[in-house]
Amino acid sequence: MAEAKSSPASEPTRRDMLFLATGAMGAAGVVALAVPFVRTLAPNAQTIAAGAPIEVDLTPIPEGQGIKLFWRGKLIFVRSRTKAEIEEAQKVNLASLPDPQADSARVKPGKENWLVIYGSCTHLGCIPGGSAAGEVRGDYNGWFCPCHGSHYDTSGRIRKGPAPTNLPVPPYAFLSDTKIRIG
Amino acid sequence: MSGPSSYVPKLGIAKWLDARLPLPRLMYDSFIAYPVPRNLNYFWTFGGILMLMLVSQILTGVILAMHYTPHATLAFTSVEGIMRDVEYGWLMRYMHANGASMFFIAVYIHIFRGLYYGSYKAPREVLWILGVIIFLLMMATAFMGYVLPWGQMSFWGATVITNLFSAFPIVGETIVTFLWGGYSVDNPTLTRFFSLHFLLPFMIFGVVILHVWALHVTGQNNPTGVEVKAVAKDTIPFTPYATIKDAFALVLFFAFFAYFLFFIPNYLGHADNYIPANPAVTPAHIVPEWYFLPFYAILRAVPDKLGGVLLMFAAIAVLVVLPWLDTSKVKSMSYRPLARQCFWAFAVTCVMLGWLGSRPAEGIYVTLSQLFTALYFAYFLIALPLLGLFETPKKLPGSIAESVLGKMKGGSGAVVGAAASAEPNTKG
Repeated sequence: MAEAKSSPASEPTRRDMLFLATGAMGAAGVVALAVPFVRTLAPNAQTIAAGAPIEVDLTPIPEGQGIKLFWRGKLIFVRSRTKAEIEEAQKVNLASLPDPQADSARVKPGKENWLVIYGSCTHLGCIPGGSAAGEVRGDYNGWFCPCHGSHYDTSGRIRKGPAPTNLPVPPYAFLSDTKIRIG
Repeated sequence: MSGPSSYVPKLGIAKWLDARLPLPRLMYDSFIAYPVPRNLNYFWTFGGILMLMLVSQILTGVILAMHYTPHATLAFTSVEGIMRDVEYGWLMRYMHANGASMFFIAVYIHIFRGLYYGSYKAPREVLWILGVIIFLLMMATAFMGYVLPWGQMSFWGATVITNLFSAFPIVGETIVTFLWGGYSVDNPTLTRFFSLHFLLPFMIFGVVILHVWALHVTGQNNPTGVEVKAVAKDTIPFTPYATIKDAFALVLFFAFFAYFLFFIPNYLGHADNYIPANPAVTPAHIVPEWYFLPFYAILRAVPDKLGGVLLMFAAIAVLVVLPWLDTSKVKSMSYRPLARQCFWAFAVTCVMLGWLGSRPAEGIYVTLSQLFTALYFAYFLIALPLLGLFETPKKLPGSIAESVLGKMKGGSGAVVGAAASAEPNTKG
């Protein structure tokens, strides 16, 4: 200690050098080691493999009704919309929407009667009712989330309530007129 | 921990150990000779009650973990197996589930005791903040424990609470995916919650030791809020006085616990959690356990997702800075006529928020939730900072002894001075 004190403060000693180098290596080591620990929490290979694309046959779905299915553990609504529902979704003034998005951006061109959306409320993940006959569809004739009162319209867009965004559209494509592939 | 130790080992083995690891000395100084203010009321017994509740939860929890299977397809059945097949399994599970509620009843009384008597003020800020940390750990533990039976409320409670983190911009989705270990609440979520639910009580235990340590450095607050001035006059030894009082209160509290346990074990739970988890059907009303309801009401009071989440976390964070928000030098509300009224209004506010949290989120309930959320924060951010500047407190007693024994016997300045100088190291 006496030696260290006698040397000028601006003059680094070999111990200072060792302290910095060891500290830097130690810090880098801790960060490097933290990566595998955190990575174990990510979805594992089995979960990812189970999330491969799925094909859905649309023929059994009559007009005005919908089905629910799971993809990657998440619920997806596939609805065959009626003429009136499509019109209702298209004529909305976009400026009045909390999350403005045209109906045409949420369906495939020429297939406006098919709406494919995630079925988890964008607020806190409850399942909005309205897919099956007899369920409450909310003020906008689409879906209504019973947990915290979010109302969705016939395009799955948020109209009223705490949910911040529209029900998202999952990645999907039409394989034929009556078959889609989700994923 | 408080002043010079008065421990004198008598047996030879005690002397031998005292020179090597003075654990008996620590116990003697902390729980036998430790001086407690002579005017403590029964609200001061809840610290001991909480300690016992933690031990009870850990004991029953360790037994339950021996019979429980943390897997999405087996968890529900294994819990029913505990209820029906394991000898006294029903007792262990009901003790654990109702014990969580009792734990929160005791901790809320403990917290409100601290709020009323100003126990968060200097020099007890660190003690108070450690308490807030314990409260947070308790909430995390209780939430994850409630997920384990994998019933409908377990599943949807987990979905709603983990989705809170998706409110954060940019990183939100990644955080939620890493919490879940997948794309939705599923088996990986259950297994990691089980692991953490086992770990956290021991972390609570660690922070409790720090909490008690901090308590024994500053000494206990008391109903007058006047600090100990003369140890000989103002305090009595922990044993037998505080020991027997704590033990008596503990017996009464456990009788209350036993009433729930043996007569209405499902009163505080939800029938929906006896339905196995179903990711396709959300129960009509998702309600958290009663002890989370006030915070749930604050969450739902805000029509914006991120805003609601932030406000809910702020409702707890505000407790951390409370020691610096309250500007009054007077600790006890007994001597603060205006602040006392605000305190009771705050207590009613918390009960109202709890009730509103159990109602559906529509109509008048939302408006009322917003009103009481505003009142909740007004207590901390408006009432306490301003009252300290404008309020005229009542006259404080000269000492703890004076408040108990009257001015003649306890308050003579000469005696207080003499006793204080006799024990200069004791902060009380």
